[in-house]
Amino acid sequence: MSSFMKSSIGKKFFMSVTGLFLITFICVHLSLNLLLIFDDSGDLFNMAAHFMATNPAIKIMEPVLALGFLVHIIWSFVITLENRKARPISYNSGDKVLSPIAPSKNMLILGGLVLAFLVMHIAQFWWKFKITHEGLTAVHVMQSGVSVEMENAYAVVAGLFKSSALYCIIYIVASGLLGLHISHGFWSALHTIGWNNQIWRKRLEVAARILAWVIAVGFAIIPLYFMIKF
Amino acid sequence: MADKILNKLYIKIWRQKNSKSQGAFETYELENVSQGSSFLEMLDILNDQLIREGNDPVAFDHDCREGICGMCSLYINGEAHGPDTEITTCQLHMRKFNEGETITIEPWRAGAFPVIKDLIVNRNAFEEIQQAGGYVSVGTGGVPDGNAIPIGQDDAEEAMDAAACIGCGACVATCKNSSAMLFVSAKVSQFAKLPQGKVEGKRRAKAMVSKMDELGFGGCTNTGACEIACPKAISISNIARLNREYLCAKLAD
Amino acid sequence: MSILDSKAPAGPLAEKWSKHKASIKVVSPANKRKLDVIVVGTGLAGASAAASLGELGYNVKAFCYQDSPRRAHSIAAQGGINAAKNYQNDNDSIYRLFYDTIKGGDYRARESNVYRLAEVSPLIIDQCVAQGVPFAREYGGSLSNRSFGGVLVSRTFYARGQTGQQLLLGAYSALNRQINAGTVEMHNRTEMLDLVVVDGKARGIIARDMITGEIQKHGAHAVCMCTGGYGNVFFLSTNAMGCSGSVAAQIYRRGAYMSNPAFVQIHPTCIPVHGSQQSKLTLMSESLRNDGRVWVPKKKEDAVKLQKGEISANDIKDEDRDFYLERRYPSYGNLVPRDVASRAAKERCDAGFGVNAEGKAVFLDFKYAIDRLGRDTIEKRYGNLFQMYEKITDVDPYSNPMQIYPAIHYTMGGTWVDYNLMTTIPGLYSLGEANFSDHGANRLGASALMQGLADGYFVLPYTIGDYLADEIMVPKIETTLPEFAEAEKSVTDRLSQLFNANGSEPVDYFHKKLGMIMWDHVGMSRNEAGLKTAVSEIRALRDEYYTNVRIPGELDNLNPELEKAVRVADSFDIAELMALDALARNESCGGHFREESATEEGEAKRNDEIGCYASAWEYKGAGQEPVMHKEELVFENVKLVQRSYK
Repeated sequence: MSSFMKSSIGKKFFMSVTGLFLITFICVHLSLNLLLIFDDSGDLFNMAAHFMATNPAIKIMEPVLALGFLVHIIWSFVITLENRKARPISYNSGDKVLSPIAPSKNMLILGGLVLAFLVMHIAQFWWKFKITHEGLTAVHVMQSGVSVEMENAYAVVAGLFKSSALYCIIYIVASGLLGLHISHGFWSALHTIGWNNQIWRKRLEVAARILAWVIAVGFAIIPLYFMIKF
Repeated sequence: MADKILNKLYIKIWRQKNSKSQGAFETYELENVSQGSSFLEMLDILNDQLIREGNDPVAFDHDCREGICGMCSLYINGEAHGPDTEITTCQLHMRKFNEGETITIEPWRAGAFPVIKDLIVNRNAFEEIQQAGGYVSVGTGGVPDGNAIPIGQDDAEEAMDAAACIGCGACVATCKNSSAMLFVSAKVSQFAKLPQGKVEGKRRAKAMVSKMDELGFGGCTNTGACEIACPKAISISNIARLNREYLCAKLAD
Repeated sequence: MSILDSKAPAGPLAEKWSKHKASIKVVSPANKRKLDVIVVGTGLAGASAAASLGELGYNVKAFCYQDSPRRAHSIAAQGGINAAKNYQNDNDSIYRLFYDTIKGGDYRARESNVYRLAEVSPLIIDQCVAQGVPFAREYGGSLSNRSFGGVLVSRTFYARGQTGQQLLLGAYSALNRQINAGTVEMHNRTEMLDLVVVDGKARGIIARDMITGEIQKHGAHAVCMCTGGYGNVFFLSTNAMGCSGSVAAQIYRRGAYMSNPAFVQIHPTCIPVHGSQQSKLTLMSESLRNDGRVWVPKKKEDAVKLQKGEISANDIKDEDRDFYLERRYPSYGNLVPRDVASRAAKERCDAGFGVNAEGKAVFLDFKYAIDRLGRDTIEKRYGNLFQMYEKITDVDPYSNPMQIYPAIHYTMGGTWVDYNLMTTIPGLYSLGEANFSDHGANRLGASALMQGLADGYFVLPYTIGDYLADEIMVPKIETTLPEFAEAEKSVTDRLSQLFNANGSEPVDYFHKKLGMIMWDHVGMSRNEAGLKTAVSEIRALRDEYYTNVRIPGELDNLNPELEKAVRVADSFDIAELMALDALARNESCGGHFREESATEEGEAKRNDEIGCYASAWEYKGAGQEPVMHKEELVFENVKLVQRSYK
């Protein structure tokens, strides 16, 4: 196992597996967030948030998710540094084969920017929801005929989107960056775990592009909704 | 159909006396080069000029000059094997260049391919990888009839696609990580597609990957630049197959 | 009896090899470990020999001038490899392959060797398949065959248009396995510069590390030359730039006889010469003649317009096209042997029907095959060749016919060897294109690969045992012997002589001049006066060379000009022998066409009264006339008839 972890393919394997795991998380996250725009009362979103906060399975998944993030981030730096070492002298005439802005060539940068956003994002929401509970009020929502008391997460999220255009723009840009990151990352991850061939290649690349658009547009639509409607 | 003559070219070349010395770029002026000449013939003309002027000619690797031996290895204007697709430098012709152009020529750049002199690099690392497992362990003689084991046409064709690799190193030169994955995967794939090679497929994948890592090539980040630069259009699908072979082999450990 | 003993075994043809194998000596495994063998060159013959010998247990040292054994020029062979498998049920057999090869070689090869070649040919295919060579397959999974020039059966196995590459990579992989196992020590970028002979036996080589310039001495109990042909004497050829007759010349000067140097194959389907800056000619595989039709215009005025670029090939109607091969040779048509096709092209061009600006090209047209089979089929068969043609010429061969012209391709002549592949120096072997043995005066397509692998996999590993069995008591050859010092000194003297000439012309200047002499006088058509001129011009040019060549750089650094300088110096010796041999052979046979020996229709006329021999030239010292010995060729099994492909 240790020789596998040290091998170039092994390291990439962990990047891929954690990447795919994080994509799954993002998909769940996106579907929950979209509830923000389907119910202006906030009940739907609050119910979902409450479910996530109280479900034991999700509680178990939380540290796993954190670990996934950590492995993906730390490994990316390790791999990139090692790869840089493989070419001590760079070309004077550059590289005309791939566009300098191709996502595949800039995964660390894209990932780094997404990480920066992630830090801000965590500070603004997760930290408040889980640690400080700052600005959270209680709200009663009817669930299966019973009134349940829960935290009004909707108010915090919607409040921020309504109040800060700057934050909305940052959020939209980050969604785009994440989409670009995934447009390469998704098919690349499957490729690395060996799921690719001449026939599947096109399919996976198309699937990655679709997924990237869905995620980028899906997340971006939320601040846009608030910016336009309120 | 007479070819156009390029009246003047500026050739900017990496000059380095030996592996220990510092290198630097030098620019030479060259006149009257036919666009029908191959790129290496252009270098021949330059060298003839340098020798007559009493200078040391530019050392570059070349041999068959028909795109199959894999000896030639120049990084020209930002592209391995220059500005044309599915060819080696020796098949590149001067009709791809314009009057008065400055052509920058560099050696392959990779830690695993140290420069020997000028544009010549040491590609022994490829040899070591092949020696680690790029073969079917069969001796001379005592083998079954060639038709004893049927091989489907599709499999044979796919094996041939991978086997077309000429070992030039353009994939390493182009890859931003100087990764040798395309080279290794081509050999592993060829054998993985054939019943003769499958027998020791696991051992081969592990041995070749471990040697590749040991020699200081970077890892693959699936940019796909290698297959664009590859003169034989070897597909990165082979890399997926190598990943699969390697992971399965490691799982079985 | 002549001093040349072919050691061809007596008895019926089909039993010679089995009986011979049964009668020769074998070295025990324990003794093999004590014996060192040097293999120079790592093409098909060298790589297969080194791998096979290493596996048998000998200590092998292999050498190549390239940075990897995989780059040897065998890699460039395109079309295929022959083998008498009779998979097509078209009445092929070992005898038929033998007969075709003898006939194709115009009855100038040794019967016993050729039969053995045909006999082991099926084993080669089995061996290569087992190594993972991806030969073309039918849908049902069986091996596919194609037909080739000069034969009436389909016996050519192929891997697209890269058969040589795949076979070489197969042998290379076998070699790598032995290198990994420690039985073969590989020396890349190391060029042999002399042979060391001790007490009349080959005992080692002097080589130069091409990176550092270090002169090395290597001892061994036997030495194998697998160094290919000498076609680059002509400067322009289809050979790789590094291919040279250098080693052939070195061992010739050390006492190995050179046989039939005049027999050179001119390949009919090469991309024509283009301008004066060209360094190399590119071959278009002979397999193209399966589907391409060769033609020139019927009318002179059309040819003139083509030469001026006023019209293109497609402007000429079918009835105005002269399919001269089909016209002259109705039964073989476009598939006549190479020498015949080349001469026919030259005849048409000399008569003024050439189709490019220089008047030195004919058309190879796929229009008819595309009409009949569809573009897809043609693309599948020849796609990579068409792509290569387009990249070089900038013309699309799917819509315009290819232009082709003959070019130097292969040398049938080479070092004289006996049935065991041993040269006239005991312990010195010569394999593959480097020897003279199997192709007579003309080689059939797809037979070079066959011979290289036959020699390396299935002949030498047996026959070398017969010699080495008597060497088991000889201890490791020490390179401190005076013969090594002498050879080393002769190498360093020669290098300094060339290096210090300090003349005014680069090596290529002389090489091009030599090439012109050879092409004009020792090319496709030869006559007495021209050959005599060639001999004197070669000698004069050689004298000028040693005083007027300019070699830049340093002796003790990587120096491509120095490498070339040595090869070209050796080329002069080979060139001289070629002209002398052509002069001595006053008959036409195979690739050797003497104008004095032709029919009224201009076809080559063989003369078995005077020509039924293999020459063997003995070196008599610098400035001395070499002496020709003759091995009379005895044909017990085939009847000598005038070759006809009509």
